Amino acid sequence: MPIITDHLTYVYGSKTTLQKTALNDVSVKIDDGQFIGLIGHTGSGKTTFLQLLAGLIKPASGTVYLDGEDIYAKDFDKRTLRSKLGIVFQYPEHQLFEETVFKDVCFGPKNLGVDDKETELRAYEALKMIGLEDEVFYQSPFDLSGGQKRRVAIAGVLAMKPKILILDEPTAGLDPAGRNDILGLILKLQKEQGMTIILVSHSMEDVAEYADRVLVMDKGSIVFDNTPREVFKHHEELKELGLSVPQVSVAMSKLREKGLPVKTDAITVEEAVKEIIRVLR
Amino acid sequence: MLKDVTLGQYYQADSPIHKLDPRVKLVGTLLYMISLFIFNNIYCYAIAAVFLITVIILTKVPVWYMLKGLKAVLFIMLFTVVFNIFFTPGEYIFEFGIFHISREGIKGAVFMIIRLTLLIVSASIMTLTTTPNRLTDGIEKLFRPLKLIKVPVHEMAMMMSIALRFIPILMEEADKIMKAQTARGAKFDSKKFMDRVKSLIPLIVPLFISAFRRASDLALAMEARCYHGGEGRTKMKPLKYKAGDIVSYVILALYIAAMVAVGILSARLAFFQFLSK
Ligand SMILES: Nc1ncnc2c1ncn2[C@@H]1O[C@H](COP(=O)(O)OP(=O)(O)O)[C@@H](O)[C@H]1O
Ligand SMILES: [Mg+2]
Repeated sequence: MPIITDHLTYVYGSKTTLQKTALNDVSVKIDDGQFIGLIGHTGSGKTTFLQLLAGLIKPASGTVYLDGEDIYAKDFDKRTLRSKLGIVFQYPEHQLFEETVFKDVCFGPKNLGVDDKETELRAYEALKMIGLEDEVFYQSPFDLSGGQKRRVAIAGVLAMKPKILILDEPTAGLDPAGRNDILGLILKLQKEQGMTIILVSHSMEDVAEYADRVLVMDKGSIVFDNTPREVFKHHEELKELGLSVPQVSVAMSKLREKGLPVKTDAITVEEAVKEIIRVLR
Repeated sequence: MLKDVTLGQYYQADSPIHKLDPRVKLVGTLLYMISLFIFNNIYCYAIAAVFLITVIILTKVPVWYMLKGLKAVLFIMLFTVVFNIFFTPGEYIFEFGIFHISREGIKGAVFMIIRLTLLIVSASIMTLTTTPNRLTDGIEKLFRPLKLIKVPVHEMAMMMSIALRFIPILMEEADKIMKAQTARGAKFDSKKFMDRVKSLIPLIVPLFISAFRRASDLALAMEARCYHGGEGRTKMKPLKYKAGDIVSYVILALYIAAMVAVGILSARLAFFQFLSK
């Protein structure tokens, strides 16, 4: 189920003095089962891009093809899109509204027209998958902790069984354990179910560790599109865009400057350790 | 959809009207509205319309943007027009069963449309060209004398400025929640009325929760910065009249004079016409 964007452009407040081109002529192809890391500093247009992929706002020009179908065509059934593509917004816990956690997770599949039994099954599965304990299923979502609320919201999207999962900074404001849980789950979904993942993150370490492909956005355009290893070679350019490279990459460069003949293309701690050991032997 | 509400929104532009002291605009809008109510004849409306159009041109706000605000009250306008046409007694020119349309009714309806349009556009000019902060500053200063009779002017102005400040925030929030729920398959444009009401729950519940959260955060932040009401508070940018403001008051006075003169003249004219009949 590849996604293709064709010269996608979006303008906020068009025809006013506050006109702002948030996305400028973006054309990319995203293949099945890829884990994409989307990075870029605040205001670079990441959220706008994701909302366009999910068919939530209308592009000023250009369009998005899902499975070869134009999602902005007049006769396109948006329900197909909703069942194939799930999007987890920033701070998704702000969308919770039902009396119980379980009911809230049922909301998505029910809207898709899935029958009651299947809906409940999916909700149960999704809540289990995200690692929530059974005793909170019938509590009010508003009584939960921040991390638990976040999980319920993500479960609400997973229960729709999308083939493509888009996440806008899903770990913002979580503690390290909560972050690792959620990222681990996302990786599992990609590896085991072949889900396509598009993850917006401000953590270069996370992107380096999980993504197969990194898209770097700046001022509404995609300026880098490559594997993490290739992208993170551009220390200086990324710095100019208000981004950075994983800490270990910096550390490896420093080591080399100080005279240790290591290769500097390590992007995860694991790789760095191997490389240092190799050199020291 | 939500973006269509222009009443109460600020439109940024560099115009002489934007630069005016908020008190001038408040007094001006108020007097203008009163003048529309007192002098309801076609000549006065012509003067009022010319005056308003001149001001609109000066504001540099696109006309289509201003008229968008009218869309929101279109229903109320239609309602009053229908009422006026059908339920004004007078010289009937059309009858059908219990319905009758009178000459006076049509005249009343036309006047009502003109008056409502002028009223709403003039009110929206004030909010389009004045930031909420300056608006409340103006209100606070204008109504300061009321403090003598124990009206909590400062507190009311503060409440108003917070309310105004929160309109765009809550609208943005509503937009976000709507998108999130739409992505979960919610429909907000159902044809059936009950479905439509039900579909609002996933929007309204999170919106209320976020409003309460923001309210308590803001209260805490204000307290942490030692806010304790208006006593002894000074302004960072105190309001001061400039030359342009004085000129505007003079223009305003001339407008009122013109309205009064034309109003009296046309009343006399009508009186003579009545006598000579
Ligand atoms: N609702 C909106 N109205 C007007 N401008 C917006 C709106 N949302 C985003 N923008 C502007 O569009 C640009 C891109 O924003 P966004 O896509 O949210 O970036 P990111 O998610 O990368 O931080 C920013 O400059 C932002 O100010
Ligand atoms: Mg964003």
